[in-house]
Amino acid sequence: MNNFRTLALLAVAVVAALLLPLPLSRYGVYLAALTLVYAIAAHGLNLTMGYAGQISLGHAAFFGIGAYTGGLLMVKLGLVFWLTLPVAAALCFVIGLALGFPALRVQHHYLAFATLGFNTLVFLVIRNEEWLTGGTFGLNGVPRPSLAGFTFTTDRSYYYLVLAFFVAASLLLWWIVRSPWGRAFNALRDNAIRAESVRIDIRAYTLLAFAIGAAYAGVAGVLFASLVNFIEPAPFGIPASIAMLLMVVVGGQGRFWGPLLGAVLVTLLPEWLRGLKDWYLVVFGLAVMVLMIYDPDGLLGLPERYRKWRVARADRHAAA
Amino acid sequence: MVDFLQLLLSGLAVGAIYALVAIGFTLLWQTSGTINFAQGEFVMLPAFFMLAGLKGFGMALAPAFVLAIGISLILQGAAYKRGVVDPMLKHGVLPMVVASLGLSIALKNIVKATVSAEAHPFPSVFPDQIFQVAGITVTLADLGTLGVAAVVIGALWWILNRTLTGQAMQAVAQNRDTAAVLGIDVQRMVLYAFCANAILAAVAALLVTPTYLAKFDMGDSLGTKAFFAAIIGGFNQVQGALLGGLLVGVLENLAAAYISPAYKDAIALVLFCGVILVKPEGLLGKQEARKV
Repeated sequence: MNNFRTLALLAVAVVAALLLPLPLSRYGVYLAALTLVYAIAAHGLNLTMGYAGQISLGHAAFFGIGAYTGGLLMVKLGLVFWLTLPVAAALCFVIGLALGFPALRVQHHYLAFATLGFNTLVFLVIRNEEWLTGGTFGLNGVPRPSLAGFTFTTDRSYYYLVLAFFVAASLLLWWIVRSPWGRAFNALRDNAIRAESVRIDIRAYTLLAFAIGAAYAGVAGVLFASLVNFIEPAPFGIPASIAMLLMVVVGGQGRFWGPLLGAVLVTLLPEWLRGLKDWYLVVFGLAVMVLMIYDPDGLLGLPERYRKWRVARADRHAAA
Repeated sequence: MVDFLQLLLSGLAVGAIYALVAIGFTLLWQTSGTINFAQGEFVMLPAFFMLAGLKGFGMALAPAFVLAIGISLILQGAAYKRGVVDPMLKHGVLPMVVASLGLSIALKNIVKATVSAEAHPFPSVFPDQIFQVAGITVTLADLGTLGVAAVVIGALWWILNRTLTGQAMQAVAQNRDTAAVLGIDVQRMVLYAFCANAILAAVAALLVTPTYLAKFDMGDSLGTKAFFAAIIGGFNQVQGALLGGLLVGVLENLAAAYISPAYKDAIALVLFCGVILVKPEGLLGKQEARKV
């Protein structure tokens, strides 16, 4: 019954995602594709934070490494998109391991600082090493990929490609989370010491969760570079990392569809609330704070909270 | 050599400001387990309070500074503790980090929306004077910054170690429950720590704003460097934060001169990674028992 409902919901979601570009303007389709790109990156961050319980404040750095690896290999070496993708993912994975290793030797929150500093460093390299990255002038002419003679030139066709990637990334994450391996992540988050006592190697698992999350960001970065055709340092700074963190947390960390909801909100809210201008970020920042105070499980945690509240109220009524 | 000494001195002055912010950060962490990602904004706000006093009410710098400290004590001290930190503590570290990130975004943009996005010039406490000591050019501003920071940090050290209240704060930092059993008003001590943080940040604002200029995002790099300074020196030590701040300030200045100014901001990270690889508890830190 529950399975049936999940399947029906998924079917509706897939049909909706397929039909979505039809009524939208060109800019609308572009925004939808951008949202899905961010959702892929946020999926990875959700694995790091929601499932393995590590705070990362440098996700945009991996997003940037992916974007520039893809962009540079395509523009300067003329490699095809499909070859750059695994290179970017592998590079982010390896860098993730190298960065996570020292930080995870010590306390929890050290990864937050290490990733924060790492993001600063990556941003400085992108901005300063003009011979390689073009610095603030950016890297122009990142091509769209083609497959079997068809090039994804229009935003609509590219949207479908990104959607395919998003579905694949979601399935892979679903599998990771359901596998014995993913259950180890959950055990780790819920009680690290108990997990250790049943012989789960904490450090190896957290490190892997972080590195896989980084690889997700790398793949999203390549997709981003091809989507916008022109990359420059700005989308890869610390504010972008904070935005990604908020995507995961606002939606509900550790909840499978949290990152998608978060990516939709963080990408589209500024478009919807244009009228607020500078006050938009004030409202957004305060809203995040209030959400954390009253509902740290995120928006997807709300229905559960409501159910509990109703049960508690019913109990009170029954008692009275 | 002369260059080196000059860089060392101006680095120490910058480092003293980092240290002020880092010590406040450490105090919050020790007494309440709060990691405050709005720490940079806690320095930015008093700068604008002072500016409001100077420009809006035509005050001199001294009364404007007193005004800024007063508002900071209420907002960043009491209101922040009661309104944000207290209801969050039961949720653990991550929601607290995210909430303070949200607060940081909100504060920056309130200033941007109400005042402006531009940088505002800010008067220096010290007259613009230069003198020569043994061939080294010394600015009065650098010396004064060092002096003020030394007095403030010295006073804090004296309160923490030589007064009953200070020792009660340390007891809370070491073990909340035991402190409560001993009859210490834990919440009051935590409030004192938040107030101390607000004062340290306001002093840092007074010293740093003449060079950084008052701007809504002036706290960004300052906050980050204070975190690193605190960890480099030892997250659970006031002396550690002091050492970390000075170290970051001096090495940054030297790196900017001798290596590359473009990578100045990466020094803190390099130090941080080096320290946690070799001595994870920080240079002066003591190993902490794992809290579960």
